[in-house]
Amino acid sequence: MTPGLTIRGLEKSFHTIPVLKSLDLDVAPGEILGLVGENGAGKSTLMNILGGHLHADAGAIMLDGEPYRPDSARAALRCGLGLVHQELELFPNLSVAENLLIAGFPTFAGCIRRRQVEQTAARLLQQVGLECSPRTLLGHLSAGQQQLVEFARVLATDFRILLLDEPTTSLSRRETDTLYATIHALAQAGKGIILISHQINDVLTHCDRISILRDGRLVHQGPTQEIDVEMVIQKMTGRTVTQLFPQRDRSKGAHVGRVLLDVQSISQPRTLSSISFQIHSGEIVGLFGLVGAGRSELARVLLGLDRCKEGRVLLEGQPVTGSPRRRIQQGLGLVTESRRADGILAEMSVSENLSLVALPRFCRPVTGSIRQPELDRVVSITRQQLSLQSRLNDQQPMVTLSGGNQQKIVVGKWLINDPKVLILDEPSRGIDVGAKADLYQLVQRFADQGRGVLAISSDLEELIGICDRILVMSLGHLTGEFQADEFQRELIAKAAFAMQLSEPSHRSRK
Amino acid sequence: MLPVFRFQHTSSLSLLLCLLTCVIGAPLTPGFASSGNVLNILGMAAPLLILALGQMLVMISAGIDLSGTAIMAVASIWGAQLMQPGLTPLPAGPWLVPLVVVAMPCIGGAFGAANGALISWGRIPPFLATLISMVFLYGLAAWWTRSASIGNLPTEFIALGSQPWIVFPVAATIAILVDRILRRTLYGRWLYALGSNPETAWVSGVAVQQTVFVTYAGAGFLAGTAAILFTAQLETGSPVLGKNLMLDVIGAVVIGGTSLFGGVGRVSWTVGGVLFLVLLENILSLHNLSHFVVMMAKGALILAACLLDSLRRQRKSQ
Repeated sequence: MTPGLTIRGLEKSFHTIPVLKSLDLDVAPGEILGLVGENGAGKSTLMNILGGHLHADAGAIMLDGEPYRPDSARAALRCGLGLVHQELELFPNLSVAENLLIAGFPTFAGCIRRRQVEQTAARLLQQVGLECSPRTLLGHLSAGQQQLVEFARVLATDFRILLLDEPTTSLSRRETDTLYATIHALAQAGKGIILISHQINDVLTHCDRISILRDGRLVHQGPTQEIDVEMVIQKMTGRTVTQLFPQRDRSKGAHVGRVLLDVQSISQPRTLSSISFQIHSGEIVGLFGLVGAGRSELARVLLGLDRCKEGRVLLEGQPVTGSPRRRIQQGLGLVTESRRADGILAEMSVSENLSLVALPRFCRPVTGSIRQPELDRVVSITRQQLSLQSRLNDQQPMVTLSGGNQQKIVVGKWLINDPKVLILDEPSRGIDVGAKADLYQLVQRFADQGRGVLAISSDLEELIGICDRILVMSLGHLTGEFQADEFQRELIAKAAFAMQLSEPSHRSRK
Repeated sequence: MLPVFRFQHTSSLSLLLCLLTCVIGAPLTPGFASSGNVLNILGMAAPLLILALGQMLVMISAGIDLSGTAIMAVASIWGAQLMQPGLTPLPAGPWLVPLVVVAMPCIGGAFGAANGALISWGRIPPFLATLISMVFLYGLAAWWTRSASIGNLPTEFIALGSQPWIVFPVAATIAILVDRILRRTLYGRWLYALGSNPETAWVSGVAVQQTVFVTYAGAGFLAGTAAILFTAQLETGSPVLGKNLMLDVIGAVVIGGTSLFGGVGRVSWTVGGVLFLVLLENILSLHNLSHFVVMMAKGALILAACLLDSLRRQRKSQ
């Protein structure tokens, strides 16, 4: 019997797209393993399998020699696997003590023994170095303090393996140090620990071994002494380009027309600091960065969905201000990152979704009625450009469509309105390869008509494949700009970590 | 999927139910098919329909208006007072009644606009905002009149409620107008869009707040219009007008097939829902069942419609 956690040949696919490919991983008791990888490399999927939220398609997991296949988060905990989530799963309306012991209060004759609850809670808080009363309402704590409570909550349980997903994102340096001290103490007490983090410096400092995931495969595994930050980044990102992307003339100056969008030092407290860039007509500009770098926040500010404190935006020399509706009239468009939440009208038909943005342009002034025949004509022209499946019916509700077709329609509803600059936030998330290729064609044709495109993506290959220029953001700063002839994965990826590399002292990401 | 669910997408289940009720109910119910009774049914349905159309607009926006009947009560007593010699600022003469007929919907529209402002700019949930309005407005109506009805209305005004050739064309015109607005105008499209998904609507440049505001103002305006017919039928301005009517209004809309979750609804459905509810009540009364049994039957029916709606919703999301 091998003590600790052993994973052999783990596989998982979503809708025939493989996410984990024959993954092997070991964690011995008393060991701290760092797990790193790009967004979409499969870290979250692995975590969800270990945490009991998903089942693997193939492969075996053994915990201290016993087969391990939990059906729920509770079952995972019973088997001895503790999980600290990145997204806080706490109750802001309850006290700190109640949050810590919610899974099992000590009771006497059906009543909660308050004194014992508070004593236990105080001990746990001390362990993670959080100085606050157990009676404090959780909602009154800062994000960092809440993250420590989340950590302390797991300590209340009896685990053998501890899984931490980005545990330090909102912690100060001092809090982070305390957290790592606690982790080391746990390891010394014989617990096996897996640490998932984008903070490569921290991983190299605090972990015994590092495992690097890329595209669902383990590409490197070894002691942390034998590797440095740049090698880690190189191994995380190096990939070959496939024939997914359209041909494009990217010689210098091929797509630099007049300035369309001029963003001048946009700032927003804690998310964006003085972002400035320009987009020219005919140009596809990529925006790369890690999750939490502030890219989506920038997109939302540009369309007016969120307010910004400072800075201004010019579109063809005219200032862009006001509500999203006014900015759309002025010629902006945004395909948001989450289709379901704010991209589609799920129960409504394909044609209703396609016409939504352009409606005001087909509205007669006094009566407010819609010029239906003209609208129908434009909708059907755009619909043909989208290369949708031919058997798709215009009156079909959106929910019945595949993700790829939904995404094409979301892009289509903006194209109908003929914006000057279209922002695409993670346009290919969760869609299949064929739909991706169609989408890239669509974007390129749009740009070729003298329009500007800002494509936000966590997939560097995608940006290298379709963009004329790539901007990189890190922790709310613009940290890199690369022309097509300078596209080098390592340099771009390094720029995405720039704020972490330049300031080894830890910063909060949000 | 059961055929019923599919059927309700394309056409009006409620209109079919009405037809069925008539075909089965007429031979079994003495006095049902008499011309007097038919006029009676239509007379009851007309003001209820106008009120229900306002409720339907609000429900398409995924909201609810609990204050419609209370708005009606205030419009009723203020309208009645405007027609009392000595108490009215309006000049006596042939223009008095037409002026009041214009004023009452405007009073309703003003209170509806207040609801709309609270909900769209004050960001108070519709349920709460209109509940507050309901309590406030019934309070206002009772305080203003010291809980007394205002009678002694001009005969020209009372004729508005008793003449079928006025009541039906008015209700039909309003129904057709609302249908046109919903189907053909920018406002209508935006209303369905924001009822379906307010986030998508906002990102796509829909004037969400203004559309919501106009919807509640419109519902108030329609409540004020319904108040004209109800007041004329009762021949008094009543501070408790429609106090037990709220469930009928919401129920008629839901029976019609308008979703409680927003984004779905048609005028023809609501017409069917209102007619069905009125028909059912009429038949049960003609069989000499007590008012309370009728209430229980209506409750059960509306419950069934709500369950159908939530079931359809679950099937759709799978």
